[in-house]
Amino acid sequence: MNQLALSDEILLSIDKPARYIGNEVNMIRKNPEDVSIRFAMCFPDVYEIGMSHLGIQILYDMFNKRDDVYCERVYSPWPDLHKIMKEQDISLFTLETQSPVKQMDFLGITIQYEMCYTNILQILDLSHIPFMATERTEDDPLVIGGGPCTYNPEPLADFFDLFYIGEGETQYDALFDLYNTMKAQGKNRQEFLREAAKLPGIYVPSLYEVTYQEDGTIASFQPKYPDIPTTIRKEIQMDVTDTTYPHKPLVPFIKATQDRVVLEIQRGCIRGCRFCQAGMIYRPVRERDVNMLKECAHDMLESTGHEEISLSSLSSSDYSQLPELINYLIDQKGNGVNISLPSLRIDAFSLDVMSKVQDIRKSSLTFAPEAGSQRLRNVINKGLTEEVILHGAGLAFEGGWQKVKLYFMLGLPTETEEDMKEIPRLGDKIARRYYEIPKEQRNGKCQITMSTSFFVPKPFTPFQWAPMCEKDEYLRRAKIVNTEMKEQLNRKSLKYNWHEADVTVLEGVLARGDRKIGQVLLKAYEKGCIFDSWSEFFDNDKWMEVFDECGISIAFYNLRTRSTDEILPWDFIDCGVTKSFLKREWERAQQEVVTPNCRMQCNACGAARFGGGVCLEHQN
Amino acid sequence: MNIRIKFKKYGVMKFIGHLDIMRYFQKCMRRAHIDIAYSEGFSPHQIMSFAAPLGVGITSDGEYLDIEVNSTLSSKESIDALNQVMVDGISILEYKKLPDMAKTSMSLVAAADYLVYIKDNYTNPFTLKELEEQMHAFYQQPEILITKKTKKSERVIDLKPFIYDMKAVEYNGKPAFFLKVCTGSSSNIKPELVIEEFYRFCEIPFEPLAFQIHRQEVYVSSEEIPVKGEHERAEYAEKLSLMKKEYAEKGLEFPAFFTLGELGEDIL
Repeated sequence: MNQLALSDEILLSIDKPARYIGNEVNMIRKNPEDVSIRFAMCFPDVYEIGMSHLGIQILYDMFNKRDDVYCERVYSPWPDLHKIMKEQDISLFTLETQSPVKQMDFLGITIQYEMCYTNILQILDLSHIPFMATERTEDDPLVIGGGPCTYNPEPLADFFDLFYIGEGETQYDALFDLYNTMKAQGKNRQEFLREAAKLPGIYVPSLYEVTYQEDGTIASFQPKYPDIPTTIRKEIQMDVTDTTYPHKPLVPFIKATQDRVVLEIQRGCIRGCRFCQAGMIYRPVRERDVNMLKECAHDMLESTGHEEISLSSLSSSDYSQLPELINYLIDQKGNGVNISLPSLRIDAFSLDVMSKVQDIRKSSLTFAPEAGSQRLRNVINKGLTEEVILHGAGLAFEGGWQKVKLYFMLGLPTETEEDMKEIPRLGDKIARRYYEIPKEQRNGKCQITMSTSFFVPKPFTPFQWAPMCEKDEYLRRAKIVNTEMKEQLNRKSLKYNWHEADVTVLEGVLARGDRKIGQVLLKAYEKGCIFDSWSEFFDNDKWMEVFDECGISIAFYNLRTRSTDEILPWDFIDCGVTKSFLKREWERAQQEVVTPNCRMQCNACGAARFGGGVCLEHQN
Repeated sequence: MNIRIKFKKYGVMKFIGHLDIMRYFQKCMRRAHIDIAYSEGFSPHQIMSFAAPLGVGITSDGEYLDIEVNSTLSSKESIDALNQVMVDGISILEYKKLPDMAKTSMSLVAAADYLVYIKDNYTNPFTLKELEEQMHAFYQQPEILITKKTKKSERVIDLKPFIYDMKAVEYNGKPAFFLKVCTGSSSNIKPELVIEEFYRFCEIPFEPLAFQIHRQEVYVSSEEIPVKGEHERAEYAEKLSLMKKEYAEKGLEFPAFFTLGELGEDIL
């Protein structure tokens, strides 16, 4: 058994030592001497969050299928351990072999949300890897980033040697082969990066130069050398059936956020909601074959011993083989398997399924209308109508449900006070629908919970040009909703929660930031900002100090309506969906015109050039 | 049918707490295809209970859990199937069928043996002989009073009646402690409590992290009738008196405790 990197004294003095010892069921063991590439795969958040992430499980399995690669895992040490590691100068280590991250050939970091950016710096710091890519030597691992936030990698450009843009299944083999070849030829870090930059989907930020206009917007974004590509097209795994998928996922000892088997049934979404980045960057929708999914489900339940399986996709109801898959899983329920079905549309079918797999009295129905009024739902292209919601809720209430959760966003483009007030009014209408059921047939009060988050425009969405609000304005809007709720007939059955506004403002800057944001991140980390996505650690005052010290204006990033002619920091990435489609959608949003989903009609978004998925369905 | 499983916990698994070990075993049962019985109701759970929770940081050669199964393979096959799906740091040692109407191990636990040794990176203040003498002196006290702090109150208790045995032993060529102490849901003595009090007695500063505590075995009182049901109890009582008679005939002292595993028998 491995010697642990941390002593008994440390492990017994910190919270949840199981986060740092590895040894989980289905952990891959290899002799590091037998491989030519050692890869540390990092999710820059606490273990329980990181272990729940499907992407890492896919890549961990895929990399380790190669005999010449040993992929190990790293997560962010919790602040209790962070402090000890800093005080005692302990180097960050991988879970599998408990080796220093610094000894790896690659440090891969998945970047899933903006509020983990300072945790990335924590990982580099504790690994004793220089923050700035330009200061790294042959002794340092190559730091590679992936995941949705790399669709605007610019705020992090200084800290990464390279980024992998798009889905991981396609180019890592080529990258590893290149690394082996060049290592054998005795080539150095710079020479490798120069060649890697020519691989599809690979972006090496140090090989590009950005110049700015006087007003702070980008004047030019150019590769430094003629053989380096000017645009990077996202990588995409078109055949999601005949591809790699983990059959033996890792099983943590401590309860992870996803304490269950996760089965990704399809990638992408046909809906085209205008605020949703995932709905744009994962186009086109590609379904996995139902037989492959059955086999995966069976093998994963078998190899993990999990009692629950969750179907993962952006919109499960749009998966064409859903009834067959669910019936298969319900048959497995004899073995005590539970099924969790996120992102299901509420209709007769899903209610029937839910009544079979959940305890109705305890479970709640979830709707995400995102906006309170039909007008604003048209702006954001959220197809859900009031009629559909009331019908679905009505069916559910008659089936015995009493709890409904509703998710909304405040601060969407064009939002008026009337739109805000429609949020609690919709809640009230749902409650009224409940009380239409004769008293003797219903089970006490209903409980309608409305939650609002504040909208953050994301790159590669039609709202990428949209302005945000200031913190106080967000809170004013939340107050309008809250006040209106108190006016409702069924206010005693309604509950309203809203998010913090500070974090939203910062998330906005990081999401659409440019390379100038790098210095802000570094200073914030140096001031002690980590785990910013955890409200108990988020320190807004420190962040505001840093923006001041760096002379960076939040208003420049958040409050402007960007011109559609402006060079956006992420324009060099080709995500499949064209800029002209996004512009068209931005205009249609302002005209309150709905765009049909991909199954109803092709809207020429540009993803058809990948030659597959839903785009080909129309030709049949 | 009720099964009692004995396992050992060592290495890095000592950092996994009791609740997580329970969840770990639930998944193991499924992976090893043990035909474990589930409770009735909307969210059925496996019928499984553990004898005595082991604290984080403690290793053990004698952990027990009871399960109910619908059907089973032999002990050997079941042990092999379970060991196939174990992680490093947990091994299955026994898989035994319990008598019908057996009480759960949790309700039976009366005592446990511990080996407590000083970790390599700490100095050992005693030679074996010194330790023997000091422990003898400690144990010869008429009472060993300590203040037990709980969240709500403080109370003074006499440890002595709960220490069934205490002696100096040699472990890895160094002096170490052996303790047999009262364990169970009604009264439970943590071995570190005894060691701490012993160090106070010796006037040596006590560093809790210097000690590795290793549980060796868990026991039921030999006077306990470990089954429910009138008929079963009568049958067991008869068996017990026969055993006592045998011991007496051989001139042997009847043991005060049986290991929890002794109450079951191998499935062939």
